Amino acid sequence: MGGEASKAISKEELWGGGQSPFSVSYGKMMMWYFLVSDALTFGGLLTAYGFVRASSEDAWPIGEQVFRALPGLDGQYPLIYVALMTFILIVSSVTMVLAVEAGHRNDKSGVVRWMALTIIGGIFFLGSQAWEWSHFIHGSGGSFILAENVSVTSDDGQVFDLTKGDAVYMDHHFGHLAEPWLEGAPNVSLVDSDHGVKLVEIGEHSHEAELHALTLNKYVENESHVSGDQAMKLWNARSASFAFGANMHDNEYGIQQAYANFFFFITGFHGFHVFSGVVINIIIFIMAIQGVFERRKHYEMVEKVGLYWHFVDLVWVFVFTFFYLV
Amino acid sequence: MGAQAHHHEESFISKYVFSHDHKMISKQFLVTAIVMGIVAVMLSVFFRLQLGWPGESFAILETFLGKWAPGGVLDRNAYLALVTIHGTIMVFFVLTGGLSGTFSNLLIPLQIGARDMASGFLNMLSYWFFFSSSVIMLLSLFVEGGAASGGWTVYPPLSALPQAMPGSGMGMTLWLISMVLFVVSSLLGGLNYVVTIINLRTKGMSMTRMPLTIWAFMVTAILGVLSFPVLVSAVVLLLMDRTMGTAFYLSDIFIGGEALDVTGGSPVLYQHLFWFLGHPEVYIVLLPALGISSEVIATNARKPIFGYKAMVGSLLGIGFLSFIVWGHHMFVTGMNPFLGSVFVFTTLLIAIPSAVKAFNYVTTLWQGNIRFTPAMLFSIGLVSTFVTGGLTGIILADSALDVNVHDTYFVVAHFHIVMGMSAIFGMLAGIYHWFPKMFGRMMNTKLGYAHFWVTIVAGYGVFFPMHFVGIAGAPRRYYEYSNFDFLGSVMDLQPVISTFAIVGAVGQLFFLFNFFYSIFYGQESVQNPWKSNTLEWTTPVRHLHGNWDGPLPEVHRWAYDYSNPVHESDFVPQTTPALAGEEIH
Repeated sequence: MGGEASKAISKEELWGGGQSPFSVSYGKMMMWYFLVSDALTFGGLLTAYGFVRASSEDAWPIGEQVFRALPGLDGQYPLIYVALMTFILIVSSVTMVLAVEAGHRNDKSGVVRWMALTIIGGIFFLGSQAWEWSHFIHGSGGSFILAENVSVTSDDGQVFDLTKGDAVYMDHHFGHLAEPWLEGAPNVSLVDSDHGVKLVEIGEHSHEAELHALTLNKYVENESHVSGDQAMKLWNARSASFAFGANMHDNEYGIQQAYANFFFFITGFHGFHVFSGVVINIIIFIMAIQGVFERRKHYEMVEKVGLYWHFVDLVWVFVFTFFYLV
Repeated sequence: MGAQAHHHEESFISKYVFSHDHKMISKQFLVTAIVMGIVAVMLSVFFRLQLGWPGESFAILETFLGKWAPGGVLDRNAYLALVTIHGTIMVFFVLTGGLSGTFSNLLIPLQIGARDMASGFLNMLSYWFFFSSSVIMLLSLFVEGGAASGGWTVYPPLSALPQAMPGSGMGMTLWLISMVLFVVSSLLGGLNYVVTIINLRTKGMSMTRMPLTIWAFMVTAILGVLSFPVLVSAVVLLLMDRTMGTAFYLSDIFIGGEALDVTGGSPVLYQHLFWFLGHPEVYIVLLPALGISSEVIATNARKPIFGYKAMVGSLLGIGFLSFIVWGHHMFVTGMNPFLGSVFVFTTLLIAIPSAVKAFNYVTTLWQGNIRFTPAMLFSIGLVSTFVTGGLTGIILADSALDVNVHDTYFVVAHFHIVMGMSAIFGMLAGIYHWFPKMFGRMMNTKLGYAHFWVTIVAGYGVFFPMHFVGIAGAPRRYYEYSNFDFLGSVMDLQPVISTFAIVGAVGQLFFLFNFFYSIFYGQESVQNPWKSNTLEWTTPVRHLHGNWDGPLPEVHRWAYDYSNPVHESDFVPQTTPALAGEEIH
C-alpha cells in the first residue's frame, strides 16, 4: 500500500472520484486523522503546562535536579534513568518499523518476532515509569516552607537572604525521621544539643539523625548546604507547612502544587496511551500468530497500530522535553 | 464495500437500534436532537417567565419544576441551572450533534455516490456515544443540587469547587462526563465524514463538483477533529480539580473568608483552552447550516449557485480563521492589550469570507425563478439572520467597543441571531428539504409556512429588543433586574421578549405535528420532488441499505446546472453526460 501514491497519475484523475486520491485505505487515513486529533489533546495539555509555568512567580523545579536517582544506587545521576526509559521506547519504535517491514514481505515469523520485542519494550517503559512515579511520590528528605525572612551562610561561604515562603530541603536521613516526628510518632523525639538539632528514634532500630545539613535551592538551581547553627536558624524559622515527596496537594520539589499535578496528569495520560498501545499490540500479535493476516494476504493492521505506536513515542519526546529538559 | 454485502435480511435490532446504515443513523441523530431541542426550548420558556415577570407565580413552573419553583416562582439557583443547560443542549446537542450528525450522515454518502460511510461500525458507535451523553446531560437535571449552573462555558472557579454553589456539585460532574462522551462521539463522526469524502467519491465526483453541502460538512468535520480534543484537555483537567484535589485552574481562592489550600493554577488558562474549542465550535454549528442553505437556495431559485469557488474558498477561509480568533471572547478577562488588538484584527478578517457568502446568496436569488417551499423560506431566513447577526459581530469584534457591551444582553442577542437562529433555520431548511429522502413522504407545506412565519417573527421579536437591553447595560445571566435604577424603562421590553419567546415556542408545535404526522401519513414522495441535480435523488424512494440498486452512478457535471440554456429541462442531474460539444463544469 505505502509508497504507491507516487505513480504517475494526473491530478484530475487522482482527485476525480472513483478511487482514493492518496492510495490508502480508509482505516489508515482514519488513524492519521485520529492522531492529529490526539496530538491536539496533548498540545492542549502541554500548552496548559507552559502557560502555568510561564505565569508562575516562583522558581520552577528543574528536571535534572528532581530526577537524578537510579534504582538501587545511592549517588546522583541526573536524567540517566529517564534517558534509559526514552531509549527503550525509541528502540521499541525501531522494532515496530521492522515488524511493519516484515509485514510488507508477508513474513509471518518476522512480524511475530518484532511485535513481541515491541511489546516487551512497551512493558519495560511502563515498568520504568511506575518506578519513576514511585520515586517522585516518595521523594528524598522532604522540604519545609519558611515562616519568616532569614539570612544564612552556607557551608561554602555564600550568604543567602531567604524570604518568607521559600522552601528549604532536608537531607534524606533527617527527612525520614522528620516525617514520623511531625505525625507525632511516640518513639521519635527532638533533642537539642550543642551543635544543633537532632532527631532520635528509639526502639528496635535505634537511629538518630542530626540536622547538620539543610539544602537551599535544591530543585530549582544548584544545591548549597547549610549546617550547624546556621541550620538551626532555618529550622527555627520553619512554618507548619512540610512536604514529603509529592501528592496532588503538596510536593517537596517546589511550592507550586501545579508542578506535581501536571507531572502526574501529563505523564499519566501518556502512560495510559502507552498502556493501550501495548494492549493493542498484544491483540495484533495474537492475531498474527493465529494467521489472520496471512489469510488476508496483507498486514495492514500492523501498519495501523505501528502509526499509533510511533505517535506515542513522538509525544513522549515532547513530554520528556517539557518535564525533564526545559 | 461491495454492493452485495449490504443486501441481507436485518433483524429489528440491527436495522433500527444498532444500525450501521448511515440513513438510519441520521434519523436517530435527528430524533434525539428534536427531543433535546424540545427540552431546551421548554427550559428557555421557564426562565423567560421569570425574566419577563420577575417574582410572579406561574402554576406551570411548579408543575414542571416542583421544588425548584416553590409556589410557582422560579428558584434563583434553578434559574442558573436552566440557563446553563439550555445553552449546553442547544449548542452541543441540537446544533452540533443534531445538525452535523443528521445531515452529514444522511447526505455525505448519498451526495458523493457512496454506499455507506467508510466505517459503519464507528458511525454506529458515534451515535450511541451521543445518545449516552444526551442521557447523562438530561439526568444531571435530577441530581441533588441541580444541574450545572456556571453557564454553558462552565468557567472555574465556580465549576471547579463542588462547594461553590448548589449547581457545582454532582450536576457539574455529570456535565463534564457527558461532555467527554460527546467529544468521543463527535470525533468518531468527524473521522468518518472526512475520510468518506476523500476516499469514497464515485467516479467523476471530483472535489470541485461536490455540492456545497459536502464542502461545508467536510470543513465542519475538520474543525471538530482539531478543536474538540482541546476541549477534552480542558474538561478533564477541570474534572481533576473537582475530584482529585489538583489545582490546574485554582489559586488564591477564599471561601467564607478562609483561604483554600490550593496554589499555582490559573482560571484564565481554562478560558484559553475552552475558547480554542469554543470559537471553532461556533462555525461547527454554522457551516453545515450554510452548506444546506447553499443547496436549497440554488435548487429553489433554479439557478447555479453564484460563485461556487468563492463559496468553497470562504468556507475554507472561515474554517482557518476560526482557530485564531478565540481571544475576542476574553477582552475583559485581563489580556495583554497588544494581544487583544491582534485578536481584533483576525476577528474582523472573518467578516470578509462571511460577506462573500452573504453576497453570493443574494446574487443567487437575484432574478431567480424562485419556488417558495418551506425549506427555501427558512434558507432565506438564514440569509437574513446571518446578515443582521453578523453586523453586531463587527461591534463585538472590536475590543474598544466590546468592553462596553461585553457580557450584556447585546452579546446574547448577537449570538442567538447569528448562530442560534441561523443554524436552526439551516437545520429546519434541511429537514423540510430532505424529509422526502429520509422518510419517503412529504411534509405538509401549509403547516411549514405557518411554522416559518411564526418562527422568524417570534425569533426577531425575542432577540431584536435584546440589543437595546444590552446597550442599556443589562448584564446577562442575572436572575432579576429590578434593583438596577440605571436600566430604567428599557426593562419594560422584558415582558415583550418573553411573550415572543412563548409564542415562538408554541409555534414549534406546527413543526412537531407536521414532522411526526408526515412520517406516517404524509403524501408519498416521488423520486425527485424538488427537481434537484444532486445524486441523492437518483436513489429509490424505499429504504435500501447500500443506496443504489445497480452499480454506483457516474458523475459527469457539477451539482448546479440549473436553467442551463443548452438543455431543455431546467435542471440537469449530475449523472447526465455532456451533450455533444457542451462544455461542462
